[in-house]
Amino acid sequence: MPDVQSTVVEFVNKLRKRKIEGSQATAKCTVELLRSVISHQRVPHANQAAALIDAVKAVGEQLVAANPVELAVGNVVRRVLHIIREEDLSLTTAAMGGLDLLDASDDDDVDNCKGIGYPAMSAAVVAAAARSTLRPPSLQTLLEGTPESATVPYTSSSGADSESKSKSADKSSLTRKLKHDVIEGVNQLIHEIAGCHEQIAEQAIEHIHQNEVILTLGSSRTVLEFMCAAKEKKRSFRVFVAEGAPRYQGHLLAKELVARGLQTTVITDSAVFAMISRVNMVIIGAHAVMANGGVIGPVGVNMAALAAQKHAVPFVVLAGSHKLCPLYPHNPEVLLNELRSPSELLDFGEFSDCLDFGAGSGSIQVVNPTFDYVPPNLVSLFITDTGGHNPSYMYRLIADYYSADDLVM
Amino acid sequence: MDTRRGALAVPKVRRVGFFTSIEPPPESSQRPNRSQSGPVEATTSSSPLSNSPSGNLISPVLIPPSRHHSDNLTTRVAAAAPVPVPGPAAFRRYLAQDRSLLHVGSYNPPDSLLGTSTPSSNGEFSEDSASLFGFQRSDSTKLSASFPNGGFDLTLAVRAPQESETKIATASASEGKKKIKEYLAGKSESVTTKPQKEKEQKALKDKTTKAERRAIQEAQRAAKAAAKGEGSRRADESGRANPGKATKKPQPKKERLPVTSSVSEKTAVAVEKEKRMDVPQTLMQYDDRSRVDKAKRRAVVEQTESKNKVELFLHLPQYERGNQLPNLSSNFFTLDSIHHAVYKVGLQHLAGDISGDNARCIAMLQAFQEAIEDYITPPMKDLTMDLTTKINGYVSFLIECRPLSMSMGNAIRFLKNQIRKLPVNLSESEAKISLCSDIGRFIDEKIILADKAIVQHAVTKIRDGEVLLTYGFSCVVEMILLYAHEIGKKFRVVIVDSRPNLEGQKLLRRLVTRGLDCTYTHINAISYIMREATRVFLGASSIFSNGTLYARVGTACIAMVANAFSVPVIVCCEAYKFHERVLLDSICSNELGDPDAVANIPSFRTNAKHSKTINNNKNLQFLNLMYDSTPSEYISMIVSDYGMIPPTSIPVIVREYRREHLLL
Repeated sequence: MPDVQSTVVEFVNKLRKRKIEGSQATAKCTVELLRSVISHQRVPHANQAAALIDAVKAVGEQLVAANPVELAVGNVVRRVLHIIREEDLSLTTAAMGGLDLLDASDDDDVDNCKGIGYPAMSAAVVAAAARSTLRPPSLQTLLEGTPESATVPYTSSSGADSESKSKSADKSSLTRKLKHDVIEGVNQLIHEIAGCHEQIAEQAIEHIHQNEVILTLGSSRTVLEFMCAAKEKKRSFRVFVAEGAPRYQGHLLAKELVARGLQTTVITDSAVFAMISRVNMVIIGAHAVMANGGVIGPVGVNMAALAAQKHAVPFVVLAGSHKLCPLYPHNPEVLLNELRSPSELLDFGEFSDCLDFGAGSGSIQVVNPTFDYVPPNLVSLFITDTGGHNPSYMYRLIADYYSADDLVM
Repeated sequence: MDTRRGALAVPKVRRVGFFTSIEPPPESSQRPNRSQSGPVEATTSSSPLSNSPSGNLISPVLIPPSRHHSDNLTTRVAAAAPVPVPGPAAFRRYLAQDRSLLHVGSYNPPDSLLGTSTPSSNGEFSEDSASLFGFQRSDSTKLSASFPNGGFDLTLAVRAPQESETKIATASASEGKKKIKEYLAGKSESVTTKPQKEKEQKALKDKTTKAERRAIQEAQRAAKAAAKGEGSRRADESGRANPGKATKKPQPKKERLPVTSSVSEKTAVAVEKEKRMDVPQTLMQYDDRSRVDKAKRRAVVEQTESKNKVELFLHLPQYERGNQLPNLSSNFFTLDSIHHAVYKVGLQHLAGDISGDNARCIAMLQAFQEAIEDYITPPMKDLTMDLTTKINGYVSFLIECRPLSMSMGNAIRFLKNQIRKLPVNLSESEAKISLCSDIGRFIDEKIILADKAIVQHAVTKIRDGEVLLTYGFSCVVEMILLYAHEIGKKFRVVIVDSRPNLEGQKLLRRLVTRGLDCTYTHINAISYIMREATRVFLGASSIFSNGTLYARVGTACIAMVANAFSVPVIVCCEAYKFHERVLLDSICSNELGDPDAVANIPSFRTNAKHSKTINNNKNLQFLNLMYDSTPSEYISMIVSDYGMIPPTSIPVIVREYRREHLLL
């Protein structure tokens, strides 16, 4: 346990100091950390799922607070919570099924430690729990009157509890089973995050055709793999890369592309509008995708999206499922942005002479944001590891990955 | 206005668009308000034409020859100012003052170019070259005091063109047919009968290229047509032209057009010709091998074509950088076909020491001035033709150094027109002085005073508490901002910059030292910063007649984002930059900068060694576009010296003022 705590602190510090860059790397680190948290968490006999959820939530809050702009952290924490809830639910329903069978077969010992009618009640609760975890709260669930969020964990665990009481021999195996299943699920998530490139890249051939001209911006591994996949299928096309000053990630991407044999042209960011009239498609790697279909991407993306819209060029966003964020953005340009060091734009030494802070001299502010927000109406298509989607469909896709209880952490 | 026009047939000064009524400063009571007060007194008393016998009472067609004008200038040139300023007395005084303070050379960057061997060391030079507007700005208060009327230079700018446009006609009117005959003889190969002249022309013909010969012929025709357009001596004229035709070598059919007798037809033909003449030549396409090879044979600058060309831009010149400058500077003393002043300007363009359209244009014109001053007509040659050839040579040299901007093209057309329209009876020195003064006038009226007018207009659009966003470095915008600050407006400036030139840092430095509050950012952050902005001020390289704004690359992005955020976009552009071409995208006509400037990034993130090895890869190209075109729907308003106009009015301005604009 103490070593988990220290790794958590270490990771939080890394996030704070922005040592980890890129949503994929962050997501990977987060999910691995959570896995170790879960595996080291001592699970009580009663209410195991709640214990796990509490532990994950506690760590998750720290991580999100460390870098609130890196939405992938929150996404992964929510995914893990969702996995725990689902495993718990499936275990409970399985147990319930087993219990019903048990009850039906063992008619003789009716008085065997269970109140009459309890199984039926419990089944109804389980159904409610299933509804509540799989779906966001709707008017119907509200009207049904069961205060799920309060009762569900309790009843479900009490169900497990009662069952464990009844079958004390199964107890240890069952607790181990929940943890085991959760860790299994988390491993699957790790696998999914690591493999999202390939899944997205597989679709490249459907979108990139011969002799196309593609504009991209920023450095994204997903975009790189996407284009290379099309290249491997003997499609020849040209790529324009906007250099992405002041971080020059476009240069990095261009080098990678050239190393893989793609014909690449690096343009300045200011030439995006000039070149877009000859571009067939804009392909962007997202930093995060919001529930309304808006995209947070590298700075300068909004400009490219507007230019693409003006010239009716498809604006395609590639996003692994760990980038799908269940939140709706409010003022994302400011609230989900980060201002970096002015020294990337201006050399302080150069301008120190005109900044005497006395009378008669003006002031200099330097603005160097990291991200840009593209509203959903500018996006033509999202390509995720589950296929292509419209911006308007993203909220539904996202609802599949997260449980409604975890939206607010 | 109406009564004046009716009675005097003074050239129409039509104001286009909205004019700000700038509150008249104290002195305004003494100065005659040009557009309101009796124009006869106002204009004649202040214009250099005042000592001409006939004054303004005659219709513009009959304004007496402007030789008086150039005579005046001679004395004035001798007096003090390096470039004589033919304008109302106040202008002259003001400009003289301005110039003495400015020391004309400040438009020219320092002469020490040859000392700088690499383009990379140009920082301070370009600073200097651009500093001239900074200087001038300090005088803008004076200016506002002396010119109460918003469109103060309109009358002048338009009057002057009218007067020179009619030079030929005038000559014919006052000096009779003989003069015309001489004039035509001097210019054309056809009318002369003297065998000696014939020979001379043959020699010339051999020398001049086809295009030049054609230009000369067109000039003759235009001159002839203008003379004939008079109507009064029409019969005479055609009678005389016919024998001339007979001696002519076989010419294309259109050559015969002027012989038609009806007046209306003739004027129509004349107009037609002028039109044809004014249609800009198609630009050289660099993927046209034959033409490129032809041009190469003539070239002064040795250029090696870059190995890794961007396919989309094969129609633009793509040369290896860095080797021309040392070559050229070593040839500085051995090359005699190019005048040293022009040579210097060419080198400065090549090295990037002069940037900014106005500065480049002024540097070029001043070099031409010097070249013309030093020009001596070779024996057996005609000044008009030989000088035109010379200028053509200079221009092609300058193009080799760096493709000309649209405004420079306009200025060159103006100069060639002036040369063509030189009265033949001028002595060589007179002609030279007249040309030099014309160039000086162009610089003063079309650039310097136009900028002041723009400042006056634009400053009315700045209110307290605004956040003004500007992009890159535009000297007019800088003048506007500094002037607005000086007259006490409270505002904040957002300077958006972009790689690789980072001109915005220059502007930032100047504004901050003057005490303005600035925010600096890169173009990528435009969507972030645009929410703060209340107005966008942009400079321009040219505005085409379909309203497309042609300006430094990135301008279109700024305008587009501003449009998306509903922020008004105000473009500041002198009217001499308006061009009658049309343009739809940024690909067809553009200029490519040094690709290495894009490839070289500050090496705090990636090591330069790696980039160097990869630069030789065939698959990797760097594209450094210099300009882009902004569709007119993103532009809310254009502030020019003709007032504040919507982009849809550009073709109107170009059409209405083209003649004046060209002929000044």
